[in-house]
Amino acid sequence: MNLVLDIALTHVRSRLRQTLVGLMGVAMGVGFSVMMAGLMEGSQRDFVTQLVDALPHITMSDERREPPRQPAEDHYQVVAFSGLSTMATRPGIKNPYAIIASLDSWLEGAVAPSVQARAVIRYASRDTAANVTGIDPKREAAVSKLPEQLRQGTLKDLYRSSNAIILGDRLAEKIGARVGNTIAVVSSTGRVLTCTVVALLHSGISQTDETQAFTLIKTAQILAGQTGIVNAMRIRVADIMAARDIAGRIEAQTGYKSVSWQEANEDLLSALEIRNFIMYTVVGAILLVASFGTYNIISTITHEKTRDIAILKSLGFTEGTVRSIFLLEALIIGIAGTLLGWVLGFALCQALGTLEFKSPFMDATRLPMYYSPVHYALAGLVALTASAIAGYLPARKAASVHPVEIIRGAS
Amino acid sequence: MTIQLPVTTPLIELRHVTKTIGDGVETTLVRDISMKIEPGEFVAITGPSGSGKSSLLYLLGLLDVPTSGQVLMQGRPVPADSETERARLRLKLLGFVFQFHFLLVEFSALTNVMLPMRALGERSERAMKDRAMKLLTSLGLEAHAHKLPGQLSGGQRQRVAIARALANEPQVILADEPTGNLDSASSEQVLAVLRQLVDETKRSVVMVTHDLALAARADRHVRIVDGRLID
Ligand SMILES: Nc1ncnc2c1ncn2[C@@H]1O[C@H](COP(=O)(O)OP(=O)(O)OP(=O)(O)O)[C@@H](O)[C@H]1O
Ligand SMILES: [Mg+2]
Repeated sequence: MNLVLDIALTHVRSRLRQTLVGLMGVAMGVGFSVMMAGLMEGSQRDFVTQLVDALPHITMSDERREPPRQPAEDHYQVVAFSGLSTMATRPGIKNPYAIIASLDSWLEGAVAPSVQARAVIRYASRDTAANVTGIDPKREAAVSKLPEQLRQGTLKDLYRSSNAIILGDRLAEKIGARVGNTIAVVSSTGRVLTCTVVALLHSGISQTDETQAFTLIKTAQILAGQTGIVNAMRIRVADIMAARDIAGRIEAQTGYKSVSWQEANEDLLSALEIRNFIMYTVVGAILLVASFGTYNIISTITHEKTRDIAILKSLGFTEGTVRSIFLLEALIIGIAGTLLGWVLGFALCQALGTLEFKSPFMDATRLPMYYSPVHYALAGLVALTASAIAGYLPARKAASVHPVEIIRGAS
Repeated sequence: MTIQLPVTTPLIELRHVTKTIGDGVETTLVRDISMKIEPGEFVAITGPSGSGKSSLLYLLGLLDVPTSGQVLMQGRPVPADSETERARLRLKLLGFVFQFHFLLVEFSALTNVMLPMRALGERSERAMKDRAMKLLTSLGLEAHAHKLPGQLSGGQRQRVAIARALANEPQVILADEPTGNLDSASSEQVLAVLRQLVDETKRSVVMVTHDLALAARADRHVRIVDGRLID
């Protein structure tokens, strides 16, 4: 066996208990770092996935960023007007299918229109307020998770009868309606439509399940009292990172306000960055503290072995060789601690991943853990670097011992 | 054409070597000493306690550097500023035996003897082990090769230390009171080993002792008083 390694192992073994404590320190540092990183990145990815998956990447709404110009402004260019009564423009996106056709021609992704209406749903003399969203079943699947959230029916069932409706499961429960029942939907203007329940929705978010209902576009348009107009276009793009640019292009082309998921969640995304910064600071601090333990052990060993160092140097060992003995000892602790820490970190991630959180507002969820070799490599790298530094400082001091002083003292 | 002079180069030569320590209050350990250690010579250094015997030995053994004057190994000046170079010279050419055995207590006698060979790295593991075993056997320690220093007697430890000093076939053995801690029988054994080394392998030995009877058995006897050589 290599001489330096041989001596290093002997030293480490002679201080077994302290070495194990130091090793545990490194292992804990690495383990908790891996766990923290897995948890943080897991929740971040989960969060972004929910943002990106559950919601459309770009939402085009019937708003405009600037109020439409008034005819008077076109006429008198120098003055600003205030208090003008607006033109009676109906809110909504006009000619939705023409816009869809033009977007389809260049957009890599999918577009689906929707209409919003408020209504009261009545069944067997019980009523409840609901949001009725009119959708295009053929396009909806490409932009939302709605098809997967349906129970006892599919989106296609909306075509089955003239006024088919899908109800949130809690909403249906509240009024006691089931699939196949006929319910009354009352619009805000007092119009009453008779609809057949064709499916139930379970999204897991109670707010949605209690208030949402889906119909075909035309049914919702009747409830909203507007024909030929939709309220929003939801767009999914193939490259989610390009959503911001695409939104800009769509807005320029159509004039309707188009908001990308990044723009909609700007503050959340910057909060995530701050969170990451805090995480890396904490992880770095944990590993730094762990390296204090290593420093302590190597210092102790070098003090105990001063005579051995003097002997080795008198025999003709160079300072470099002596230094490498103690540096190696620190690395042995660092490497063993890192390996153990990886196992510990993985176990912690697994354990946290099985924890179930129950909430009255959501379905039971597990902590989203993310497993990445990068976390392990990063924690290991920091731990080893810290160990090397923690070992180098006492090693350098030990190697500079003057053998004559020790030999004189011991003789 | 060069003419080969029939003069041997001294193994170690000191030229007007002085060693002072301490800044502020200076202590002179060794004063203006010039001496030569020739090949195949057994030199004894004696003197009163505190006269500078050990200090002189450390200078001869390149463990210490002089404050002024020059040290030459095999005719070449030893660089005072390169500890690495002096370490290399110690490893290849010099062997030390001290009053205290200075063995590594966690390693067996055999491993201790192998240490300098492994540091030099010129032999295979097998050859190192064979040589270490042979050295221990020649010192009557074949039965104790695998014992730890703590399991050996004082005389046995000192012989292990001698075996270790001999590991790399050094030109000079420097011994500082090698029999200081031993009874007369063990002392006799150690001295016999050193004597044999000089007589049979033409190595040189420099031995510091306060025992004049031992010193009388050396080829040459050097006295030192208050850091100075006296003839
Ligand atoms: N670090 C030091 N500081 C001050 N004085 C020292 C130091 N080391 C040695 N000395 C002094 O240097 C002198 C020579 O010491 P040295 O050890 O060489 O003597 P010695 O002849 O080997 O003595 P002994 O026979 O007792 O071993 C002594 O007077 C000693 O007190
Ligand atoms: Mg002395």
